[in-house]
Amino acid sequence: MNAPLKASTWYTRAKHMTKTQGKTVRDFRPLADLKDGRSFDMAGRDSGESALVSGSVLADLAREDERIVLGTADLQFATQMVQFRFEFPERLLQFGISERNMLGAAAGLASSGYIPYVCTFACFAGVLGFENIKTDMAYPQMPVRVLATHAGISMGFFATSHHATEDIGALRTVANLMILSPSDGPSYEAMLRATKDHPGPIYFRLGRGREPRIYESAQVAPTPGASTLVRKGGNKILIVATGAMVYPAIKAAEQLGDDVSVFDVHTIKPFDPSTIVEAVGTDTKILVVEEHNVEGGLGSIVREGLFDNCVHVPVYKHGLMDEFAIIGPPAHLYQYYGLDAAGIATIADRLASASGLPRPSSLWTKQDRDRVSGEVAANRKVRAKVTWAGRQSA
Amino acid sequence: MVELQHNRAGTANDLSFLGDRAAWVRRCVVDLAAVAGSGHIGPSLSCTDILVSLYYGYMNIDPKNPGKIDRDRFILSKGHACSALYPILADLGYFAYDVLNDFTQLHSILGDHPNMLKVPGIDFSSGSLGHGLAIGIGMAEAGRFRKTNERVVVMLGDGELNEGQIWEAAGYASARNLGSLLAIVDKNHVQVDGNTKDVLNFEPIDKKFRAFGWHVEEVNGHEFTELLAALGRFDARRTSTDASPTVIIADTVSGKGIPFIEGMAEWHIGFLAGTDYERAIEGINLVHKG
Repeated sequence: MNAPLKASTWYTRAKHMTKTQGKTVRDFRPLADLKDGRSFDMAGRDSGESALVSGSVLADLAREDERIVLGTADLQFATQMVQFRFEFPERLLQFGISERNMLGAAAGLASSGYIPYVCTFACFAGVLGFENIKTDMAYPQMPVRVLATHAGISMGFFATSHHATEDIGALRTVANLMILSPSDGPSYEAMLRATKDHPGPIYFRLGRGREPRIYESAQVAPTPGASTLVRKGGNKILIVATGAMVYPAIKAAEQLGDDVSVFDVHTIKPFDPSTIVEAVGTDTKILVVEEHNVEGGLGSIVREGLFDNCVHVPVYKHGLMDEFAIIGPPAHLYQYYGLDAAGIATIADRLASASGLPRPSSLWTKQDRDRVSGEVAANRKVRAKVTWAGRQSA
Repeated sequence: MVELQHNRAGTANDLSFLGDRAAWVRRCVVDLAAVAGSGHIGPSLSCTDILVSLYYGYMNIDPKNPGKIDRDRFILSKGHACSALYPILADLGYFAYDVLNDFTQLHSILGDHPNMLKVPGIDFSSGSLGHGLAIGIGMAEAGRFRKTNERVVVMLGDGELNEGQIWEAAGYASARNLGSLLAIVDKNHVQVDGNTKDVLNFEPIDKKFRAFGWHVEEVNGHEFTELLAALGRFDARRTSTDASPTVIIADTVSGKGIPFIEGMAEWHIGFLAGTDYERAIEGINLVHKG
C-alpha cells in the first residue's frame, strides 16, 4: 500500500485543498519560499476548481461500498484522484509510471470482487492501454472503470505524444466495453454514481477539468443512454458533440439563433441515436463536432447510427482531419482547429448554406486556420524577452 | 555561435567551458518556462550537466550534417526534460536561437515533449515514458547490421524505470550483447506524485540492472569529471564483441542550480516570475562559480 507521505510534501497542501473544497483555492502557497505572486509550482497550478470530480465522488461512494478501490499511475494530483486519499489512503493504489501494469492489476482486483477505478491521461489509458483494456477487462467482462482524463488535444503544448485523438475509434471496436464521455462535472458525477454496479468495464473519456457547467447538478444530469438534447431549437442544423465540445457547441448555437439544436452524446458506446433520429426533419443537416480524428470517431458513429435507422441526411464530421494536431496553448489550438464557439458557429453557418454534403475539411479550410494563426500571433502576449545567443560567462 | 568542442574534455580549461555551458543552459531552462508560462523545470535542471557532457564533450555528431548515417544517436526517453536539450541544439547550430522564443506557442516546432519530424537534432520523438530503451535497441541493432557500431545513448528518468517496457528492453539488450547501447539514468529522486522512494520505491536500481546483465557505472551526475570518466570507460569496453550494454546511474538533484526549489517534487512543473526569476538566475550563477 502507499507509503505515508511526510508533512511538508504534497499531502499537507492536498489536505488544505479538501478543507477549502468548493471555494477558490488558487491562493495556495507553494512550498518553495517564493516572493512573486505569479510564480507557481504544480500544487499552485493544479488546485483550482475542477470538473474532474472523481476523487470526492468516489470517496462518497466508497463510504457505502467497500469494494471500491482506486489506482493511479503517478498522476494522482493532475487527475484529481488525491481527494480520495485523505479518507481512504489504503484504498488508493499507487502504481508509479506503469499504466499497463495498473490496468492489468485492476482486472485482477475486479476478478476478486472489487470495483477498481484507475485513472491516468487518455493518451496512456486509452491508446497505450488498448490491449490491456481488450484482453484483461473486456474479454473477461471485468467491472473495471478506466478514468481517462485530458482527452483530445486538451494537453496542448505538452505536445502530440500527450494528445489522445484515437481513443474513441480504437476502443469502440472492443466488445463488452462501455464508453462514456461526460461534458461537465455534474454529468461526470451522475455517470459515476449510475454505473457503480455496471457488470462490465467502462472507459470514461474526460477533459482536463476546466469544462464549464452545462447541467445544474448531478441530480438533473444525464445517465448512460440516448443522447441528450441540451439546447432546443429548430432542426435546420443539429450540432452533435461530446465531452468538452458540448459547451462551445451550445455557445455557437446561441450565436446562430433558433434554427439550431445541440445534442450531448454522453454515451458513445452503446450508442443510442433515437433522440437524434426523432429530431431529424426532411431538410435537416447534422454537424458532428469532436476532439478526435474524424476517421472512426463520433462522426462515424453518428453516421452509422442514422444510416442503420434509414435516416439519410447530410452528416458533416468536424474534428481533426486525419492528422496529428500541431502544438500550442489549448485555447489557441481549439481556435485553430475551429473547435471553439466561433469556429463551430462559422462551420454550422456554412453547412446550412452548402448544397448537399460538403467534402471533408471544406467547411474549415486552410485559410481559416491561417487567419486564426495570424490573429493569435498578432495578439500574442510576449511573457519574456530573452537574449539567447552568445556566450555568457558564468 | 559557440564552436563544437568534441573530445576536448579532461583539462581544466574544458571543465570551465562545460561549466559555462551548463550555467547558460540552466538559465535557458528558466527562460523557456518564462516564455511558455510553465515548464518542466525540475527534471530539466537535474539532467543539464549530463546533456552538456554528452553534447559538448562526447558525442560524435555534426550539426551541419544532422542525418550523418554513422553519427552517435541520442534518445531523450524522459522527453519532458527537453527544455534543457533545445538550447543545446540551438547553441550547436541545429536551428536558430530565435526559435526558442516560440517554445510551446501555436505552430512552434518546440513542444514540451520533442518531435523528431520538426526539431533538427532530435533523433527520436518522445513523451510517453518507457519507450526510449527499446528504440535504442533498434538503433543499436541497425549499427551492428551496417557495421558502423555508433554509440546509442538513451536517457531515462528514475521514475520512468517503473515502466515495464524498460525491463523488456533491458533483458533483450544484454541477451544480444548490445555493447554500443548506453543507458543513462537521471536519478533525481522525484517523480510527479512525490519522492520516488515514496511513490514506488525502485531501489536498488544498480542491482536490478546487474541482474539483467548490464554493466553498471554509478556517478555524481553533476560532476563533469565523473561523467566523462564513466563515458570513457563505456567506450573502452563497448568495442568488444561480447560487451554487455552499459548503464550509467547518475545521482542528481531535481531543480539543481536553484537552491530554493532543489529536490522538491512539486517543481516537476513550475514557473518563476519577477523576484523569484532574479533569485533563480543568481542561484545558478553562484552554483557555477563553485
